[in-house]
Amino acid sequence: MAILTYAQAIREAMCAELRRDPSVFFMGEDVAAFGGSFGVTHGMLDEFGAGRVINTPISELGGVGVAVGAAMMGMRPIVEIMFADFIATGFDQLANQASKLRYMSGGGVSVPMVVRAPAGGGTGAGAQHSQCPEAWMTNIPGLKIVAPATPRDMLGLLRQAVRDPDPVVVLEQKKLYKTEGEVPRGEFVIPLGLAEVKRAGEDITLVTYGAMVPVCLDAARQLAQRGVAAEVLDLRTLVPLDRRAIISSAKKTGRVLAVHEAPATGGFCGEIALTVVESDAFFSLKAPVRRCAGADTPSPFQAELERLVTPDASAVCRAALDLVRM
Amino acid sequence: MPQRALPDRETQLDMYETMWTIRLFEEEVANYFARGFIHGTYHLCIGQEAAETGVLCGRGPGDVAFGTHRGHGHALAFGVDPGAMMAEIFGKSTGCCGGKGGSMHMVDASVGFMNTNGVVGGSIPHAVGAALALRMQNKRDAVSYCFFGDGASNEGSFHESLNMAGLWKLPVVFVLENNFYGMSTHISESMSDTDLCKRAAPYGIPAAREDGNDFIKVFGAADIARRHAVESGPYLLILDTYRICGHSKSDTGYSYRGREEIEQWKRRCPIACARRYLEEQGAAKREIRERERRAGERIRRAVEFALAGPAPAPESAFLDVYA
Repeated sequence: MAILTYAQAIREAMCAELRRDPSVFFMGEDVAAFGGSFGVTHGMLDEFGAGRVINTPISELGGVGVAVGAAMMGMRPIVEIMFADFIATGFDQLANQASKLRYMSGGGVSVPMVVRAPAGGGTGAGAQHSQCPEAWMTNIPGLKIVAPATPRDMLGLLRQAVRDPDPVVVLEQKKLYKTEGEVPRGEFVIPLGLAEVKRAGEDITLVTYGAMVPVCLDAARQLAQRGVAAEVLDLRTLVPLDRRAIISSAKKTGRVLAVHEAPATGGFCGEIALTVVESDAFFSLKAPVRRCAGADTPSPFQAELERLVTPDASAVCRAALDLVRM
Repeated sequence: MPQRALPDRETQLDMYETMWTIRLFEEEVANYFARGFIHGTYHLCIGQEAAETGVLCGRGPGDVAFGTHRGHGHALAFGVDPGAMMAEIFGKSTGCCGGKGGSMHMVDASVGFMNTNGVVGGSIPHAVGAALALRMQNKRDAVSYCFFGDGASNEGSFHESLNMAGLWKLPVVFVLENNFYGMSTHISESMSDTDLCKRAAPYGIPAAREDGNDFIKVFGAADIARRHAVESGPYLLILDTYRICGHSKSDTGYSYRGREEIEQWKRRCPIACARRYLEEQGAAKREIRERERRAGERIRRAVEFALAGPAPAPESAFLDVYA
């Protein structure tokens, strides 16, 4: 075992796959000599050379499109989009191209590529650099979407994403970059589509992912002090969704709170909630299924304002207690 | 000035046959659509056969190509089977994409025809990525052909793609089929400067503009382009041509183009011009007619194949979303 930060786990995952498979290469803005705008890819150019660690111009549409073309020819590109918000800048290549080429060709071509992007707020970067855009993409069949919350999950899922035969979007949480965690050494992957119970409990299930995982774990500690045992279910993968894990936990606790940083309306919490209520877990419910999500606003710049629109442990705790007291 | 390649007689006749194959294919698509065998829409390339054939006739064994929504000609000129294509348009399981793609999404990766695209400019970065892959895979004698129209040269994807291809000196032959209209909009209304060659200059890419309806000239210009792509880097070949037919099934092309202009271009039909050229150069009428007959036979068999094919199995609607 080793201790890595979340950011180091990203680099370690990419390096491990570039070492393992000569068809893997990496491209993004400022990723080569500069080492990436968050320092994540520092050293990769030295190890793998300019042929496999490629600086692109500021061209999200072109960059993702080039990766699509290379993937169709049997390469396995990893593309970094500097901020997940800029997925919007090149969205045609994910929404209309990468996701659909296998299907439209009747299986004639495939697009094994990874798009990884730092998402989320909490760094004072403002509305265009702080979004969690998973809900833009979870409704596009053909894409897989992964949102790791720990260094271990990042390492295992990103490695698996590179090996996946389909296009995978890996949403990183920039405010988790410095968090540390234990990671296994050597060959290690985590299959996509498997949620993980990060903390077991019998009274209420907090279904969550990404930056809200540590928030929910914090909330669970606060709830424990009030005699409420919360289960924290980390989805880890959004598409394909581990519905069985959600339903099983809902049946066990009878109370479900969906938690994410992205705005509430149209957010992934809807998918989580419907997964519960359309299943026979409905009959185990002791309270309505609710959500604790970001406010329906863009992210304000000023720190206190931003805190107001973002769920924190207290907000999760309050929402959970409301359900427990019903 | 690089020496212009001239196709030999046999190659000229091959090109003539390919152009006929495209023309007859397109006419049958329109015919069967009108009779209710095909649904959806179609975008025919009638009038643009020489531009597409003249370029792709000179392709190398490892080359790949990317076409447009008006891509039947690109696919046929690249060697995709007309039967598989017609069956695809008929929505049959025997289609090249199992009926899942249709007219705008033709793929036959087994011959290197990677995609036609329903999004204008959508495949331009793909062609650049494919060229990057060819380099990474050490396929030094292969190029990536990228077809698009005048309209697409206003898309951001065009500029981003040419910029990267030029920067990295990738083996891409960009072919801009200028048929003067982006659907109903004349190029003089969509760009301030219609000197299309200039569009390559900012990206360090050489460009040439040629008469796209002269199959001999296209062949020669495309040969220069391909050799440049193999030896030095990307090339932009602009071919002036004209879509004699309408934009799509619901458009005749007459509402936004003058009758006089259309008649002028009809007189310059690339196939009629090719035939005149062949006759003037001494090709036997018998040989010419034989090539026409062969083209007709291929299309007749393609339609037969399409008609005979079954509809896709219902479960296929749910397959190939993921691997």
